[in-house]
Amino acid sequence: MYNINCDVAVIGGGPAGLAAAIAAKKEGAEKVLIIERDESLGGILQQCIHPGFGLTRFNEELTGPEYYSRFTEEVSSLGVEVLLNSMVLEVNDSEKTVICVNKEYGMTKVVAKSIVLAMGCRERTRANIVTPGTRPAGIYTAGSAQRLINRQNIMVGKKIVILGSGDIGMIMARRMTLEGANVVMVVELMDYLAGLTRNKVQCLDDFNIPLKTSHTITKIVGDKRVEGVYVAPVDENKKPILEKEEFVACDTVLFSVGLIPENELSKNAEVEICPVTNGPVVNQYMQTSKEAIFACGNVVHVNDLVDNVSAESEQAGKYAARLAMGSFPEKEKEIAVKTGRNVRYTCPHKLIKSNENEKVNLYFRVLAPEKSVKLIARCGEEIISSKKEYRVNPGEMNNLCIETAKISGNEIVIEALKEE
Amino acid sequence: MEKEIICTVCPRGCHIKVVGDDKNVQSLEGYGCKRGVDYATAEFISPVRILTTTVKIDGNDADLLPVRSNKPLPKDKLFECMEIIRKTSVKLPIKQYDVVISNICDSGADIVASKSVL
Ligand SMILES: Cc1cc2nc3c(=O)[nH]c(=O)nc-3n(C[C@H](O)[C@H](O)[C@H](O)COP(=O)(O)OP(=O)(O)OC[C@H]3O[C@@H](n4cnc5c(N)ncnc54)[C@H](O)[C@@H]3O)c2cc1C
Ligand code: SF4
Repeated sequence: MYNINCDVAVIGGGPAGLAAAIAAKKEGAEKVLIIERDESLGGILQQCIHPGFGLTRFNEELTGPEYYSRFTEEVSSLGVEVLLNSMVLEVNDSEKTVICVNKEYGMTKVVAKSIVLAMGCRERTRANIVTPGTRPAGIYTAGSAQRLINRQNIMVGKKIVILGSGDIGMIMARRMTLEGANVVMVVELMDYLAGLTRNKVQCLDDFNIPLKTSHTITKIVGDKRVEGVYVAPVDENKKPILEKEEFVACDTVLFSVGLIPENELSKNAEVEICPVTNGPVVNQYMQTSKEAIFACGNVVHVNDLVDNVSAESEQAGKYAARLAMGSFPEKEKEIAVKTGRNVRYTCPHKLIKSNENEKVNLYFRVLAPEKSVKLIARCGEEIISSKKEYRVNPGEMNNLCIETAKISGNEIVIEALKEE
Repeated sequence: MEKEIICTVCPRGCHIKVVGDDKNVQSLEGYGCKRGVDYATAEFISPVRILTTTVKIDGNDADLLPVRSNKPLPKDKLFECMEIIRKTSVKLPIKQYDVVISNICDSGADIVASKSVL
């Protein structure tokens, strides 16, 4: 078996892996290696040709390729090493090894001092949500349609119905309309939008594409090719009201029903997984339950903004480098981060109180949309950080900045309180 | 003419009611801050968007070049621009921000490469 030694091994060359590798190198790690299964770096952003990236980080509206090329340029100028066409099969925590198959070298063993997981996520499919009906051609996930159209020049259909109002679905609605297709409607089960408002305005409203909230597809019909779908409104319990079911003719159905972190490798390495996010449980250093394994980006929790991914991944890279160099912060105490009123999950899931006072950006999502909200972090009754929001939405991530020196006791509760 | 515009400048997403004609805004209602006034005024009088798409690469059927407008384009010209871009193909090598089509549809904006393909 071919052998490679390095200080920090990063698995995945998307925005998360790129930012982590750059940060690790800048922190002083000598040999940093990115292992990527694709033939090029950039991850999912290679197919995201639309604008909307970098508004927070660069104060500019960039397309996916422009965003990642700023990082790939830095990767090469800093001398981060890259192993492309290499599918990682196994991460071993006790031996600190990564096994991958490389096109040229065959089976390859990478020995590292610390490992960063940055494998991104994959799309939920029709099978994950169970839609009854036949199995004709013309059914795609929104992301696979995006890849076909933007990277392979294959148009997926002419008359399209999209299930789910996630960002990818809305972005594809615009993309296909511009390419001459007729997007009949976007159907959303919930009574609110799943993605960003900006995308509804610029991708649906701009082209008069109707958004049907509180509706679902009850059946897909068609023999060889999709011929149409039945769409029905749902009641408060999300059950379709079948008397109101209507037939909508179309030749293509896209599913934009969410993403799931890609964690087969993490699970096999026995990294603790959070049941809510389906990603590893991490502390503010993006360190998993295994000391030498870090994780960042969509593999941890599904992010709506790549800018957040880059920021959180820099933490992972920086601390993976410090662990590799033997200068990791000394742990004094572990603090559990608990979810309180209207909070679905937080990232990180726990905080380490160390010999350094740190300012930690704690990200979280709410369970349900609400207006006039005060976001708080409290230890017992004492509020250690707070911020007012005019509106919160499960589709848009919130955050609070926490100073670790202010933490008392063994836990912090994060809540979104209703303001009178 | 009256129009409801959802401000996309910040996540608050104010619904701003704008009254006016082709050239002028008479009144604005429902904005949360000054930035919303600017946004809604521009959006009411001449809405613009960044256009992104792909163009074919000569002699390479498997690959596409992602392109963008270097400035926002008038919204009502998007389809016209798409017609022209669809008929365009590029020769390699091409560098990021190289102009693929200049002054598309007399908009003052260029269509440029979003990435380098060497
Ligand atoms: C379709 C779509 C549209 C989006 N639109 C926007 C937007 O408009 N604005 C915005 O800010 N954000 C947007 N996002 C979010 C943003 O793109 C993601 O948050 C970001 O790409 C996540 O980065 P990542 O590196 O975690 O994952 P990815 O980009 O998915 O990268 C993961 C990488 O890991 C590699 N990998 C996985 N498994 C292995 C393995 N076993 N071995 C080797 N390599 C492996 C993959 O090949 C891939 O290159 C969008 C996301 C999607 C999916
Ligand atoms: S008007 Fe101001 S507060 Fe309201 S969405 Fe626009 S920028 Fe935000």
